[in-house]
Amino acid sequence: MIHTVANLQRGEKGIIEELSFDEIPLALMEMGCIPGKEVTLIQFSPLKDPLYIDVNGSHFAIRRETAERIILVKRLCDEL
Amino acid sequence: MSSKKLNVALVGNPNTGKTSLFNQLTGLTQKVGNYPGITVDKKQGTCNLLDGSSAIITDLPGTYSINPTSLDESIVLETLLNNEGKEYPDLVIVVAEVENLKRNLLLFTQVKDLKIPTILVINMVDQMERKGISLDVAKLESILKTKIVLTSARKKDGIENVKEAISKYTECDVNPLFSISEKIDEAYFKEVKSSLRGFSLYKSWLLITQKNHVSFISEASKHIIDKFKVDREKLKKYQHKETIYRYQYINEVLKKTYSIDRTNGTDLRSTLDKVLTHKIFGYVIFTSILLLMFQSVFDWASVPMDYIDVFFSDLSAWSKENLPEGVFYDLFSEGIIPGIGGIVIFIPQIAILFLFVAVLEETGYMSRVVFLMDKIMRRFGMSGKSVIPLISGTACAIPAIMATRNIGGWKDRLITILVTPFTTCSARLPVYAIIIALIIPEGRVLGVFSLQGLVLMALYALGFASAIISAYILNKVLKVDSKNFFIVEMPNYKLPSLKNIFFDVIEKTKAFVLGAGKIILAISIVLWFLASNGTDDFQNAEKIIAEKSVGKNLNQDDLESEIASYKLENSYIGVMGKIIEPAISPLGYDWKIGIALISSFAAREVFVGTLSTIYSVGSDDEGTIKQRMAAEVNPDTGEKRFNFPAGMSLLVFYAFAMQCMGTLAIVKRETKSWKWPVFQLVGMGLLAYVSALITFTILK
Repeated sequence: MIHTVANLQRGEKGIIEELSFDEIPLALMEMGCIPGKEVTLIQFSPLKDPLYIDVNGSHFAIRRETAERIILVKRLCDEL
Repeated sequence: MSSKKLNVALVGNPNTGKTSLFNQLTGLTQKVGNYPGITVDKKQGTCNLLDGSSAIITDLPGTYSINPTSLDESIVLETLLNNEGKEYPDLVIVVAEVENLKRNLLLFTQVKDLKIPTILVINMVDQMERKGISLDVAKLESILKTKIVLTSARKKDGIENVKEAISKYTECDVNPLFSISEKIDEAYFKEVKSSLRGFSLYKSWLLITQKNHVSFISEASKHIIDKFKVDREKLKKYQHKETIYRYQYINEVLKKTYSIDRTNGTDLRSTLDKVLTHKIFGYVIFTSILLLMFQSVFDWASVPMDYIDVFFSDLSAWSKENLPEGVFYDLFSEGIIPGIGGIVIFIPQIAILFLFVAVLEETGYMSRVVFLMDKIMRRFGMSGKSVIPLISGTACAIPAIMATRNIGGWKDRLITILVTPFTTCSARLPVYAIIIALIIPEGRVLGVFSLQGLVLMALYALGFASAIISAYILNKVLKVDSKNFFIVEMPNYKLPSLKNIFFDVIEKTKAFVLGAGKIILAISIVLWFLASNGTDDFQNAEKIIAEKSVGKNLNQDDLESEIASYKLENSYIGVMGKIIEPAISPLGYDWKIGIALISSFAAREVFVGTLSTIYSVGSDDEGTIKQRMAAEVNPDTGEKRFNFPAGMSLLVFYAFAMQCMGTLAIVKRETKSWKWPVFQLVGMGLLAYVSALITFTILK
């Protein structure tokens, strides 16, 4: 399974590996979503969408469909 | 100094305190205008510098990047690129927030590369100690080749230093920080440079990468730029690379100059977030805030509204007694004064609504509402960001529709624009209020809730429900291709600044009153004219009535009122009302209400004023408009004209009909076509007619 921001637990961190969009929204990168940066999932909206994240000190909310395309470096336990 | 005043532009991310700084620098001198051709607010003010000279400060719309994602943001790019333009700044102040310095510096590096004198203001430094932040300002200044000023704009700290830095703007280093060509694709950028000789390389790059052409460049340049635009994929790729390089650069700079000790911070944000976005408390709190808001609009506003009402009727009476007789006498006392009164009376309600919206935005709560509501709103084809326009729509649809600009996807935005006029705006209130007072008894339900209040609540609910349901239908029906991208900053919670809120409320209320006021004033003059002039029968009313009443032995008063009503029937507006009477009598209305309906298509609130004009032209009766309406009798049935079925039918009609020229005009501007306002006018009109017909037929 691909590890993305969408399957982080609340409070969990991850490192961005790549943005897999047909066309990456420039605004997303300009907000700080750049490969190599750490993401923390702060909160889900009550209906599990959107997601409230902290990337590189910048706090913002994105929809699940966007979060699913922000691919993270695999967790250690996934590889074992 | 030369006679030309220094032009200073404020640029910065949203939520950095840019507006606080603007308010501190300019105070009461600020004015709001428009950029030519578009309706983005242009906020300007004068700042007195320490050396006695002064500077014009322009507060540009907040943006995260020089690459715009909305119309408002594109103003920043247009202003900063057009070096021939009147608005071109001599100096740019980039306002950054100390806690989010990394992201804020992205915009700074972009602006700095335009080679305009630039200073960096780092705001909210009073938070540094509490958040465990330390900053080496001198080192940062030398690396970024810029003057840095630290401020806490709300506490007025550092404002004098900003002023001093402004006066020394000629000392600014205008060398760029970052050269895009070397790292990305040297050959490509060489070609760009040699093709577009009139511009600096970074400026050419910005011109090439924008979706739309900026307004000021020549056709010849557009032609060259278009050639580079062909390979969009390459442009995108290079823009991404540029962003990555800029962030790399910023990270390195901050590593040397900035540190934050995260263990130090007392985390108010996460505590509040847990409560305010909680799956139960979140919605409970949001609903309570909305209820509080509507409650205040009625409670707090009713006292000043009563005073305004009394003041204008006194003024009208006074002018009748004291102005010299003549055409202007009637125009003033029966046209203009009631007309202006009709708009001024809304000020308390509008101001309170704007006050609430301003507080919710200032504190950072509005972003949490967007976060809570997005999924729900999406089921209806809108976005979480549509909540703000729908709430502001309860004040007035015009600013609400302008507030849809930050909704990303075109389809979401279009649907929001189309359904916003269903929300119960304050112009519907006087219509609702007077009809409810006429047809609903004053009793209480369960001893607590006023019956009239409950009906009003139901009408608000009807407004929201019809907005949501029509959005759902439009979402299924409309075939609009739109890419949607949703990203909402969740700013830190802040106590609202009284000064910011004060200016915000004043500015928005003023814009509303002037905008709507012009229309209403014009309509009341036209109405007055149409009601005081008419056909031959109108001119000869005295003679005709005198002949008719021979032998009837009428006293002077009765004779005069016979003449007045005969005149009204044969005035131009009376004739118009008679023409549409067959169409509206199935809804329970007569030609007098027909006149009010026609004039309401300019603006709903004209309804009450029109009826009061119709019933008062030529009459000296001092009774209130409500008493006059209650006294109206339907000659066919002998029943009261404003009885329960007709009143309910009117309420339903006003809930649905698109009766506001101002809104139609703004929809045309925002959608850039007549198609959508005409669609609204016809669609909502039909809905109103059919629903009113059904209501009246059932209740009759």
